[in-house]
Amino acid sequence: MAESVMRLRVNGREHHLVVSDEATLLEVLREQLHLHGTKDGCAVGSCGTCTVWLDGVPRLSCVTLAKTVEGRDVVTIEGLAGWWGRERPGEGAAAFHPLQTAAVEAGAVQCGFCTPGMLMAGAALLRDTPAPGREEIREALSGHLCRCTGYEQIIHAVELAAGRMGEATPDEA
Amino acid sequence: MKLEAPSSPSAVAVPNRIEGWAKVTGQALYADDVAWPNMAYGYLVRSPHAHARIVSVDLEAARSMPGVLAVLAGPGSTAPYGIMPSNQDEHALATGKVTYFGEPLLAIAAETLRTARAAARAVRVAYEPLAPVLKTGSQQKAAPQVREDAGDGNLHKAVDLEFGDVAAGLREAQFTRTDEFFFQGNNHLALEPHAVTAFWQPDGQLVLESSTQVPHYVQRSLARALGLPEHQIRVMVPTLGGGFGGKSELFPHEVAAALLSRSCGRPVRITLSREDVFYTHRGRHPVEMKVATGFDRQHRLQAMSFESRLDGGAYSSYGIASTYYTGALQPTTYQIGAYRFHGERWFTTKPPCGPKRGHGTTQPRALLEVHMDRVARDLGLDPIELRREILQPPFSVTVNQLDITTSGLAECLDAVERMSGWKERRGRLGKGRGLGFACSSYLSGAGLPIYWNPLPHSGARIAIGRDGGVQVACGITDIGQGANTVLAILAARSLGVALGRVRVTSADTGTTPVDLGSYSSRVTLMAGNALLTAAERMLDLLRQAAARHWQVPAQEIARDGEDFAVLGRDERAAWTEVARWAEADFGPLVTAGGYTPAPPRGRHKGSGVGPSPAYSFSACIAEVEVDELDGRLQVQRLYVAHDPGTPLNPQSVEGQIRGGVVMGLGEVLMEAQAFNPDGRHRGPHLLGYRIPTMLDVPEIEIAVVGQPDPNGPLGAKEVGQGPLNPVIPAVLNAVQDAVGIELHETPVTPDRILRALDAKRRRGNAR
Repeated sequence: MAESVMRLRVNGREHHLVVSDEATLLEVLREQLHLHGTKDGCAVGSCGTCTVWLDGVPRLSCVTLAKTVEGRDVVTIEGLAGWWGRERPGEGAAAFHPLQTAAVEAGAVQCGFCTPGMLMAGAALLRDTPAPGREEIREALSGHLCRCTGYEQIIHAVELAAGRMGEATPDEA
Repeated sequence: MKLEAPSSPSAVAVPNRIEGWAKVTGQALYADDVAWPNMAYGYLVRSPHAHARIVSVDLEAARSMPGVLAVLAGPGSTAPYGIMPSNQDEHALATGKVTYFGEPLLAIAAETLRTARAAARAVRVAYEPLAPVLKTGSQQKAAPQVREDAGDGNLHKAVDLEFGDVAAGLREAQFTRTDEFFFQGNNHLALEPHAVTAFWQPDGQLVLESSTQVPHYVQRSLARALGLPEHQIRVMVPTLGGGFGGKSELFPHEVAAALLSRSCGRPVRITLSREDVFYTHRGRHPVEMKVATGFDRQHRLQAMSFESRLDGGAYSSYGIASTYYTGALQPTTYQIGAYRFHGERWFTTKPPCGPKRGHGTTQPRALLEVHMDRVARDLGLDPIELRREILQPPFSVTVNQLDITTSGLAECLDAVERMSGWKERRGRLGKGRGLGFACSSYLSGAGLPIYWNPLPHSGARIAIGRDGGVQVACGITDIGQGANTVLAILAARSLGVALGRVRVTSADTGTTPVDLGSYSSRVTLMAGNALLTAAERMLDLLRQAAARHWQVPAQEIARDGEDFAVLGRDERAAWTEVARWAEADFGPLVTAGGYTPAPPRGRHKGSGVGPSPAYSFSACIAEVEVDELDGRLQVQRLYVAHDPGTPLNPQSVEGQIRGGVVMGLGEVLMEAQAFNPDGRHRGPHLLGYRIPTMLDVPEIEIAVVGQPDPNGPLGAKEVGQGPLNPVIPAVLNAVQDAVGIELHETPVTPDRILRALDAKRRRGNAR
């Protein structure tokens, strides 16, 4: 089985990895880098639990061949708070992205298996659309299955986080 | 304005979930995440036939592949096992023949999962295909035997119950009606596929970390399957990614991982694929049902006859209980003069069915509520009014000998009626739109354990450390419903300490007292009561220590926040200080409590299924629009009321209601565990088996009603399963209200609506 050496930037850190040609990005993250926060719910790109950011764009890591993302930048759920901290210089290190806090507070987390993927998609939405409407949220997260919550509390978490991040904007400007 | 971004975990002020922070940061470890040193990967070879004889198995090519550590053929287990004591009919790996597409027959361990999969392709198995058995009852004409160890024919179990004279009741009724219905089977679809890591240690101890809802039953069944003493097996559950009943018994992959570990001397992980999960199944039974009722002149329900025929799949699983449950809870909502139930479960060559949220009560409730709606229509009555007159009252005994304590059912009816504007809006919504009502009830834990024993159903232990921390140990499994958090809340409230002092250890047969598991909505009530007993005993020790220290009678010890004080005196001491006095007096501080439900009232055969310390009640009104051109059904809004007794964690109560309601919505609109004529699953993946997405969910308005229940901890009853049940018939009834069609099966897909509309038009033309 063919293998190759590749570079990958994950959560701000540069890695040199020996990767099988068949390996998915999800496998590399979970099995080689031990970043188990990214989940495998279906392995064929239908459930959204494996979502990570690839150069800032939410992507399904279970259907992304690792060798096709040579040299690119990946953010996983473990790196979301760190990314948020880097986004706001001077604010200090953050333990949570506001959406992570809001998810806990809004009751958006039950079993938690969909949560990492859901939050990566939600955080990307909040980055690109500071005050998303309810329909925008539903559209943006509709590729993420959740079997526990019935979704409402997840939508509410995004709204809650958007509200708080919005309040912060004048201060930063 | 300053950004309210948290800089430390303590910034999460509302402890909706004590483990919430771990789940939002990716730190929570699930069964497939726990990496054990030197771990090998296991893989199961599954049957490519629904029904076939295994003629020969050649493992040599697979065994000689580099990186392959073990290749095992069946049966693997030394004795058959099964969750019900009277139905021990499963083995880890099939031998002789396979009885469903996807049944495991070989297990392989290798250095990597990729190698294990390659080895699976290298094994040679010759099959002699047999005719698949896909139907039940008399439709099974001349079908081959599925379980050769289970008597003649494929009838697994037939049960009969009768309370009062139903024949007379129906004969003498002023009004009778009969309805039939087919409820399609469906899968739990927890987002986390099952996973296990097993290590048969060199010292003979077998340790498993498994995604199970029932570590105690897994330990028990494994002991039987492997011929080991129970104490040599330890079952732990890491963070669990949803269950809904789908992880409620011992599974082949758990046994196989143990056997592979013994063979290769290393920990072995087996993780099911999504496709595997559809074959592992144990989901909602497909059930064909028939109900007949008779009403008297005052519209009282004189008699009810209910029949159900369950398509069980290839093994028994919980089947006997599932069968009884299809007849158990009809009387908890309505006063019935005489009640008769006949249930049958049939073996077929499909993945075994078992318990799914609402276990066995969901299907009959769908038919019963659809039937009641049609009775009201026939009698020209408001469907809510018809029910209001015959509700089973609080603190009463049902016709089938179930003790009802508190009931918020009447309040549930009032709440959904009010929220939906039922009286003003019904019949005035315009063409193609309608409202439909249904109500239901569920257990707060089964009154009897699955295997007979006189022991507590739940045990809890509290220890107070010298650090002032409260350690709660209980065998419950937090499957995502928030069970650990509820125990933490109860411990904090009952001991009068801050939630932050409480640490909960659960779901580990090696360190926690037995709790039977997270099924039948039993955890809050049973583990909660056990914990309250342990807490009372602990407080008693602390009070005694304080009394001795201050030289006052114990009844003069009072609490002020966490502190202890003496009534009428200026003495006070902090929690931790008093705990240290008590440790000095009594030794390390440990107390325990157990909970056993009162014995059920009924003494008849089958009386073990249905009793519960308390019943929850629910009602739902669905507002729908049907497009008569393309048959599309849009559920526009749902109004749901639920009586959970005291809501201990209101946000979790809301979450359970919403989650259950949406799962019910999936069952009525789209979900089907359906099979092709050759016995293959029609779509064992998330494109073939659709569940509701964020775009499929309408607005859901919720009312939480009810009173504290005397049998619940601080008055709490269940919320995890009940709210699912009324949704399905409410939608069916709303469709009838909208376009005047009677539907006779789930799911309600556009093609079925169009067919029913066609039939209605033809009937109209014929007149």
